[in-house]
Amino acid sequence: MDNQVKKSERFRHIFQVLWAVITNSYLIGFVRGKIYQGKIKNICVPGMNCYSCPGAVAACPIGALQATIGSYEYKFAFYVAGFMILVGTFMGRFVCGWLCPFGLIQDLLNKIPLPSKLKIRTFKGDRQLRWLKYGILLVFVILLPLYITDMIGQGYPWFCKLICPVGTLEGGIPLVLLNDAMRATVGWLYAWKNVILIVTILVSILIYRPFCKYICPLGAIYSLFNPVSILRYRVDSEKCVNCGACAKACKMGCDPIKNANSLECIRCGKCKNICPTHAIEYCAFSKSMKKKDNSRVSQE
Amino acid sequence: MKQKKIFHSNWITVLLLVIGVIFLGLGIWREEYAVVMSKAINICLECIGIG
Repeated sequence: MDNQVKKSERFRHIFQVLWAVITNSYLIGFVRGKIYQGKIKNICVPGMNCYSCPGAVAACPIGALQATIGSYEYKFAFYVAGFMILVGTFMGRFVCGWLCPFGLIQDLLNKIPLPSKLKIRTFKGDRQLRWLKYGILLVFVILLPLYITDMIGQGYPWFCKLICPVGTLEGGIPLVLLNDAMRATVGWLYAWKNVILIVTILVSILIYRPFCKYICPLGAIYSLFNPVSILRYRVDSEKCVNCGACAKACKMGCDPIKNANSLECIRCGKCKNICPTHAIEYCAFSKSMKKKDNSRVSQE
Repeated sequence: MKQKKIFHSNWITVLLLVIGVIFLGLGIWREEYAVVMSKAINICLECIGIG
C-alpha cells in the first residue's frame, strides 16, 4: 500500500513539474531578463503563475482579474470570471493539487526533513484561519482594485502589490537579478515582498501548503466549485470500513468520510490511494470513472 | 433522497458550465482579453515588488 501511495505521489509531482515547465517554457527570458510578449499571453493559466515571470507564456488569472476589475473601461471581468467558472466547474481545486507551480514548490518545501514534533499538522485556530483567503479575495482582489483608483479611474492590483509571494519568487527575484535597470529601482516594497516570500518558504517547511490553506484567493475561488465540479470524489459507504486512514493521510486536514468534496480538498489523491478497501474514487457527474457496477449507492 | 441530491448538484454543474461559457463569450465580445494581454506582456512592477 505504501509503495502505491509513493508511486502515485511521484506521478503527481512529475505531472506538476511538467505543467510548470510547459507554462514557463519561454526559457530565453531567463537568460535575457525579459518576459514573453507573444499572443498566448491573453489566455490565462489555471494556477497561480505570475505573468511577469521571465518564462511565463500565459497570464495569471488573479493578476488578470485585478487588471480587468481595476480597468477604467470595464469594472466587471466577464472574460476572467468565465474562465475561472469553467475551470472550477470542470475540476474544482484539482488545479491546486496538480496544476499550480507554487503548490508544487510548497509540496517540495514540506518534504524537507525535520524532527516530527516540528512538523505542524494543525494548531489552535487553524480552521478559522482558513477563512482568511476568502477575506483576501474580497478585499485585495475585488474591492480595493475596484474602488481605490487614480484620477482616470484605474485601480491597482493590490493583492499582487502587497501580498503575493508568487510574483516575487517567479518575477521579482529573476528580473532584479538579470536586469540592471530594475536593480536600481528596488525599494521598501521589494523588501516587504521578499519578507513575505521568506516567511512563506519557512512556514511551508513546517506546515503543509500554508499559502494555499490561508492566503490564496485563487484557491478560495476554486474551492467554491469543489462540491459541484464535474470531477469529484465519491466514497462507497459499503466498501468503507471507517478505519480513518484517509483523514489521517490528508495533509490539508480534510476527512473524506465526513465530506468527500470539502472546500479544502486539493484532489491530490492521497486519500484515494491509501484507502485499504478502495472505497474512494474519482467520479464525473457523480458517475464512477471506473468500469464497474455502479448500482451500490455511495456517499457524496 | 440521495439520488435527488445528486440530480440537483449535477443540474447546478450544468448551469455553471452555461454561465461560464456565456461570461467567457461576453468577455471576448467586450474585448476584455486586450486588457489581460496589455497587462501580461509588460512587466507588472506591482507584481514583482517595484511599482
